[in-house]
Amino acid sequence: MNGAYPSARYLPLGDTALTVEFGDITCLEVNRKVIALNEAVEKAGITGIVELVPTYRSLLIRYNPAETSYEQLVSQLKEIEKTIEEKPIEAQTRRLIVPVVYGGNYGPDLKFVAEYHGLTEEQVVKLHSGKDYRVYMIGFVAGFPYLGDVPEEIATPRLETPRLKVPVGSVGIAEKQTGIYPCEAPGGWRIIGRTPIKLFDPQWHPPALLKPGDTVRFKPISEQEFKNIEELVQKGIYKPLFEEHTQ
Amino acid sequence: MNFLHVLKPGFFTTVQDLGRYGYLKYGVPISGAMDMFSFVAANTLVANNPNDACLEITLIGPELQVLTDTQIAIAGGRISVKVNGEDAPMWQTLTVHKGDIISLGKVEGGCRSYLSIRGGINTPIVLGSRSTYVRGKFGGIEGRPLKAGDIIMGFDVSLLDVEYKLPENLVPQFTGSFTVHVVLGPQADMFTERGIKTLFSSQYKVTIESDRMGYRLEGPTIEHKGRAEIISDALLPGAIQVPRNGKPIIIMKDAQTTGGYPKIAVATTPDLDMLGQAKPNDTIKFSEITPKEARERFLEYHKRLSGLAERLIKVT
Repeated sequence: MNGAYPSARYLPLGDTALTVEFGDITCLEVNRKVIALNEAVEKAGITGIVELVPTYRSLLIRYNPAETSYEQLVSQLKEIEKTIEEKPIEAQTRRLIVPVVYGGNYGPDLKFVAEYHGLTEEQVVKLHSGKDYRVYMIGFVAGFPYLGDVPEEIATPRLETPRLKVPVGSVGIAEKQTGIYPCEAPGGWRIIGRTPIKLFDPQWHPPALLKPGDTVRFKPISEQEFKNIEELVQKGIYKPLFEEHTQ
Repeated sequence: MNFLHVLKPGFFTTVQDLGRYGYLKYGVPISGAMDMFSFVAANTLVANNPNDACLEITLIGPELQVLTDTQIAIAGGRISVKVNGEDAPMWQTLTVHKGDIISLGKVEGGCRSYLSIRGGINTPIVLGSRSTYVRGKFGGIEGRPLKAGDIIMGFDVSLLDVEYKLPENLVPQFTGSFTVHVVLGPQADMFTERGIKTLFSSQYKVTIESDRMGYRLEGPTIEHKGRAEIISDALLPGAIQVPRNGKPIIIMKDAQTTGGYPKIAVATTPDLDMLGQAKPNDTIKFSEITPKEARERFLEYHKRLSGLAERLIKVT
């Protein structure tokens, strides 16, 4: 079963959760359905639901089995699923400008990515920063945005052996995905640059800067600009650059 | 108020409560006590709320000096407890006085023990919880395990007039072999019939690569039908992932929130708490139940947990 499903699949996860799966593909159409169901379920305020986790192609729903049951939730959710089909797709999103120093020590794999595709480093940077990316989901570690889709010309497989430590702010590519490490973590993505901006802080409400459905655009900057922004971030006075954005 | 001074921190001792709720969508794991039954029992024995923060002790216990008269209880994996060198019981309210030295030994049965303090441990609440999330470096004491010299703070609450103990028949026994009830799915259809049969007919061993994030298991290889990757989706504690090598990984409380390996099945709540007591070289067998049976077991377990206070016996 590949692609978008004709109707959603409902699947149990143990005794406290279920997932509503819209397809076996990463694409805008499927992800929009996920986000639309997420919003509709949040609004519906169904008894017993503990939390919702939207991902690329599915919505995880955690519930308290003392207050509801798998069967009851599935029938309530199927009613809501019908209503989202008629909902117009989102047109307005927020676009975050993410400043990045590409290459060198900041992006140790930029050279590999360029050679892998027979391009120059400048061409890779131009392609990576030349388009808008959708935030498909937040996961892996706190605040990590999964962004897509990377242009085919620079889509690159992961490292064969993941690094034990990827520095905070690293911007990487894994196949057609790109992402930003909000904290130091192990990882196998090809690191092509680094941003000085902060994506996650447990003291923020909400704690993550981005949410699924947002748009991200990378902006190449110099090492000096990186240091300037880094200083503002450390002082706590850097304002993330969000723009209204029509898709 | 300062309650305890950490003289020796033990192997890996963290502050935990019942965890964070509502932050998975930001990539923040649930965290919280690995064995909720023992955790709630420890709190109940000092008449705390079930969610009050306790110390979670892993394999080797800490040594603590009491700074303010208080009451504590120790529950979970079997561990030797000494107060000023004298043996003291687990699963019971213990009144301790300023200057006392509490020494906890090795966890002999199980993997994790819980130490509650009357009124609960006071650390800053981060994203709705006091649980320590070490990788994220937040929660508990500075987002890290205890170290020597730390001060454990608490609240100014009156002491209990009576001491309690848990009746013998409610004390769980952790023998090192676990039967884990699971519900098949969400990606069971990515495994062959033989692969699913392997899961339920084999014995798996907990490897040394096991911690609060997850347990890697060793045992017979579980066969995929074809590919061993999925489009990354949400993970939960209890999810059993099977990567390309066919060796299952059980996701635990501090795990990453999304993953790209198919999940053959998900362990149910009561068994997940038991699993919190599994340590390297322990053995695990899996047993399939339906979502309906899983809910009945959950409700029974929920009742047992919320009814613990009424089951306590006064110590005379």
